Amino acid sequence: MLRTALSLLGRGDRQADRVVPPSGHTAWLTSFTAGAMTFLAVFALALSLASGRLADRWSEALARTATVRISAPPDQMEMQTRVVLDILLSTPGIASARALTDDEQKKLLEPWFGPDLPLEALPMPRLIELTEAPEGYDGEGLRKRLAGEAPGAVLDDHTRWRRPLASAAARLRLLGIVSIALIGGTMAAMITLAANAALAANSQVIEVLRLVGAHDGYIARAFVRRFTLRAFTGALAGAAAGTLGVALLPSTDAAGGFLTGLGFTGWWWFLPLALPLIAAIVAFVATRHAALTKLRELM
Amino acid sequence: MIAFENVAYSYGGGELLSEISLKLAPGSFHFLTGPSGAGKSTFLKLCYAELLPTAGHVTIFDREVKGLSRDEVADIRRRIGVVHQDCRFLDHLPLAANVTLPLTVSDREVSNDDLGDLLSWVGLRHLADALPPSLSGGERQRAALARAVIMDPEIILADEPTGNLDWDMSMRLLQLLAELNRMGKTIVMATHDLNLIRQSKTMVAARVLRIRNRRVQLAGADL
Ligand SMILES: Nc1ncnc2c1ncn2[C@@H]1O[C@H](COP(=O)(O)OP(=O)(O)OP(=O)(O)O)[C@@H](O)[C@H]1O
Ligand SMILES: [Mg+2]
Repeated sequence: MLRTALSLLGRGDRQADRVVPPSGHTAWLTSFTAGAMTFLAVFALALSLASGRLADRWSEALARTATVRISAPPDQMEMQTRVVLDILLSTPGIASARALTDDEQKKLLEPWFGPDLPLEALPMPRLIELTEAPEGYDGEGLRKRLAGEAPGAVLDDHTRWRRPLASAAARLRLLGIVSIALIGGTMAAMITLAANAALAANSQVIEVLRLVGAHDGYIARAFVRRFTLRAFTGALAGAAAGTLGVALLPSTDAAGGFLTGLGFTGWWWFLPLALPLIAAIVAFVATRHAALTKLRELM
Repeated sequence: MIAFENVAYSYGGGELLSEISLKLAPGSFHFLTGPSGAGKSTFLKLCYAELLPTAGHVTIFDREVKGLSRDEVADIRRRIGVVHQDCRFLDHLPLAANVTLPLTVSDREVSNDDLGDLLSWVGLRHLADALPPSLSGGERQRAALARAVIMDPEIILADEPTGNLDWDMSMRLLQLLAELNRMGKTIVMATHDLNLIRQSKTMVAARVLRIRNRRVQLAGADL
């Protein structure tokens, strides 16, 4: 099969191609379909790569830190903070812990309340950031100790809200992959339909070829070469347009966030180049299967 | 070369041909005659496996036709030259490409000299680039004969090859077939032109098969 595929561009097959009449104005529809499908596939690919990166980042980086929030009357704040820090630093599996300064807390709140927040006037909780050691710590145990010794302290280990986000990102990556598979399947279906139509339209020609002693493989090759080349050129154009579209998205640093992370990075920019090859393989397999099935049906 | 054993064929209604048993010996020349609609074309189609018998056995080159794969049927057809009653060309290819089609589909080289000689032999050299729809009926039939012999086949089956030819041209074509027969080819030519058959006696020792009452029989001297 691979040899047949490689010999597709050979001299003998150009001849095989010639014995079937040119298919006129419907030929470009196959290229167009392949092009449009590949264009969509580029975005599905970008989406699935970006959400994959996001899922990794979220579950990796975010899961390694947690916060303890202390709400206490102002006069007890100092003391409770110290107690909590002591507890944290003596808990196995916690690498470091430190209280955020007023400035840092202010910065965290700025996006919501603006730069002129009078932090002193508000009953602000104190935030303590802890970093997990690789072996991890016992969250439940820590929670119980905190409740006993510093009643105003609440452990927020982020997992409650991060886990759905990370799994949403992972799900998004899966959806991207499923989309690519569906796009490939749709392309195979469309090319099968087009090839069947071409075979039916040329049934007289096929009959003559059979009568002068052509093997099924020879007749099939004439159609396979045609549809493979059409799908390949169409997909090449679609991949180029799609990649350009992704490249023209605003750069990541401009705003930060999910949408702008949609581009490819580094070597991944070459991945869309694989799509036209995949399209050609899909077209090759689909047309060959359609041709050999249809030929057996015709006579 | 070709053997029929108790062969019957029907297109779905009643039997068109029944109880046919005969052998075509290598190097023989047979005319096949009978009224229009008797089944001459059908008989020839059984001879190159376009149709499979509905009963009995057809053997071509010692191979039972029914057991052959599609590619094996194709291989057998490369050894049999057929002039179809309706010629069957690819209308988008020029005459020369149509004549060399059997070579093309079997991935064999075409020698331009041989092609030129062949086209001259059937008097069509000046029409090599013409498209089939622009040819006259006689020109098409001569082109079909050229295509039938280009693979140097062992058997030539010609279905009414003189149907569109005038008398002189018919005699020339008959001469061409007689020549091929002298070169050792087995030939079957369907025709309803009894004059042609009578005239052939000076050129070739031919036998006549006649289709009558669904049977194919060797005709005697009563032509
Ligand atoms: N594909 C087909 N389906 C059904 N009936 C057919 C088919 N081909 C031929 N027939 C019928 O079979 C009969 C014999 O046809 P055939 O072509 O063999 O006759 P023929 O002897 O070659 O006639 P002619 O001298 O007119 O060429 C005819 O009555 C024809 O209508
Ligand atoms: Mg006939």
